[in-house]
Amino acid sequence: MSNGDPLLEVSHLVKHFPIKSGILLEREVARVHAVDDVSLTLHEGETLGLVGESGCGKSTLCRAILQLIRPTAGSVKFQGEELVGRSRKELQPLRREMQMIFQDPFASLNPRKRVGQIVGDPLRLHGLASGDALKRRVQELLDRVGLSGEHYNRFPHEFSGGQRQRIGIARALALQPKLIIADEPVSALDVSIQAQIINLLEDLQDEFGLAYVFVAHDLGVVRHVSDRVAVMYLGKIVETSPGAGLYERPIHPYSTALLSAVPIPDPEENREREPLVLDGDVPSPVDPPSGCRFHTRCPWATDVCSELEPPLVNYGSGRLAACHHPLNLKRGALSKATISEESPAGAADALPSEPGKADLPVGA
Amino acid sequence: MSPRATASGPLLSVKDLEVGFATEDGLLKAVDGVSFELARGEVLGIVGESGCGKSVTAQTVMGLTRSSNARISGSVEFNGADLIEASDDDLRKVRGESIAMIFQDPMTSLNPVYKVGKQIAEQILAHRDVSDKEARDRAIELLRDVGIPHPERRIDDYPYEYSGGMRQRAMVAMALSLEPEVLIADEPTTALDVTIQAQILTLIEQLNRDRDLAVVLITHDLGVVAEVADRVQVMYAGQVVERGTLDEIFYDPQHPYTWGLLGSLTRLDRPRPKRLPQIAGQPPSLLSPPGGCRFRPRCPHAFEQCAELPSLEGRLGKRSEHADRCWLQPKEKESRRSVDGRIGLGAPAA
Repeated sequence: MSNGDPLLEVSHLVKHFPIKSGILLEREVARVHAVDDVSLTLHEGETLGLVGESGCGKSTLCRAILQLIRPTAGSVKFQGEELVGRSRKELQPLRREMQMIFQDPFASLNPRKRVGQIVGDPLRLHGLASGDALKRRVQELLDRVGLSGEHYNRFPHEFSGGQRQRIGIARALALQPKLIIADEPVSALDVSIQAQIINLLEDLQDEFGLAYVFVAHDLGVVRHVSDRVAVMYLGKIVETSPGAGLYERPIHPYSTALLSAVPIPDPEENREREPLVLDGDVPSPVDPPSGCRFHTRCPWATDVCSELEPPLVNYGSGRLAACHHPLNLKRGALSKATISEESPAGAADALPSEPGKADLPVGA
Repeated sequence: MSPRATASGPLLSVKDLEVGFATEDGLLKAVDGVSFELARGEVLGIVGESGCGKSVTAQTVMGLTRSSNARISGSVEFNGADLIEASDDDLRKVRGESIAMIFQDPMTSLNPVYKVGKQIAEQILAHRDVSDKEARDRAIELLRDVGIPHPERRIDDYPYEYSGGMRQRAMVAMALSLEPEVLIADEPTTALDVTIQAQILTLIEQLNRDRDLAVVLITHDLGVVAEVADRVQVMYAGQVVERGTLDEIFYDPQHPYTWGLLGSLTRLDRPRPKRLPQIAGQPPSLLSPPGGCRFRPRCPHAFEQCAELPSLEGRLGKRSEHADRCWLQPKEKESRRSVDGRIGLGAPAA
């Protein structure tokens, strides 16, 4: 999968939102640490799943990658070109290559525009087609996403949720991008429709060689579509792994807890397993916990977890995790582990001294 | 896992419930002939997609769909007393005292301008002859029961100071304040993150076990159902298409729509399929539902007989309440549903 240079390279990306107070002289009183030193790479034709709970910074990360919001620090390289610091005008030609699909198909389509206009606007704005050619191209796109050319003159309100998401996908495809960032593209849809949209996204990936960053909170959906999965917690990536590895042997306790919390649609298995239920809620990103951000909820946390931020450690075969007490490691994995280049700048530089002890069974 | 039989009959019994709404475009039949019974201490899961009528059914039980454009027929009986014809005053006594409800969105179901404690105490004061102090103490106790930390302090918080999970806990506390016998939970965890969802489901299970609380759990998520329900009914386009015990629905599903729902799940505990089985098309409009079986336009197994609406009945020839609306022969179903090897398997895959 990973041959050649990555399509997208995000290094040490930071996005903090200032909280200001005062009437005339606004002073910054605090910061929301939405994305805090996140690195990831994505190759052509690959799907990276991004999971985490609400408020963990998934959506902010997506927007910061596309420069829809300006990152506070860090770098985003697309096909080797730096995006951070470019002006709107300088970004414009690159926008053709990077598109986004949004969560809410009801809010992401302009209700006063016809479908033909919605899907055709990107082509028109980039000067790629006009007149009859534009209309033909839009109708082709509508056909391709499972709508019909006849829908050209309809308004968004005439469509169901699933159909609207298809319109959003057609719009994203219009410029033949290489990268599509899909932010919770199926969360608002019913299960039977979810499967339709996921299958469509996979077909389009095969046909056009698209790379996806696929954001979702549904771990089942993410497993189905992703080659690799990154787990986020409070603005940090806590674990990155090829899909199968993560689901079978999660290293980070948060991944373990997240997987354990997913209800299994099988009564027998449910009766047999004892899920790990986390206490409490996700802490506030305004004042994130010291050390490992997960230590306030982690059943395995010790003193070191509240003092030192764990480095992102590379355990080989594409598996990275940031934990002082890594779980589910194979024998000897720890001795070969190294600190990853992607590890946050503020993290400690000591490898975990020993593997975590209590290996709770997860999933099956 | 069979429903606990009671000598005195079911706690809640719904028969041939029909709920229509007169709209500018005609009569929208949201619920079309739904019947079910709920025994004391039982958890009934009602499953279906948006617009299948599951929420309207629940709201009608609570008398929340009464309005000038609503057309309601059939019967809803609680402990033998009819709720459809009951006066508003009588209904108010049932609500909260006997049947309580929690909703999907804990953000919007609490009043933002009153303190959480006040909202819980208000209900106790309205129904019970107690002093303000007693109501407040009771509210603190309830918040502690549902797992809110430091309830004596948090009782004076406003809803915005609570997280989503805590708000749903507060809603549960409010629902429990008058010790009802039935809790109707309408998508109680849909708006919550998975780790918080697990907490709320554990709480509902505890209440069911420790207080013998009967629960109607409405959800679109079969995983949630598998975790807490004793019996399940699957709804499609205003009708019940299948009902049975939890195991019957998961291991011996009879209706193609149930197969579709089970099949389109992305499961963490099974090998990842190349392609997700999908149900083609979309649910029909309830203004003009298709004639015959309502699932026919989307059903890959439809044949001539499906032009006639099948009734909901036991078709397996065994003494069980497992019933479905599908004309296919049970033998035929067995061979068809397992085509992709994932649906209705008796034993979990290794």
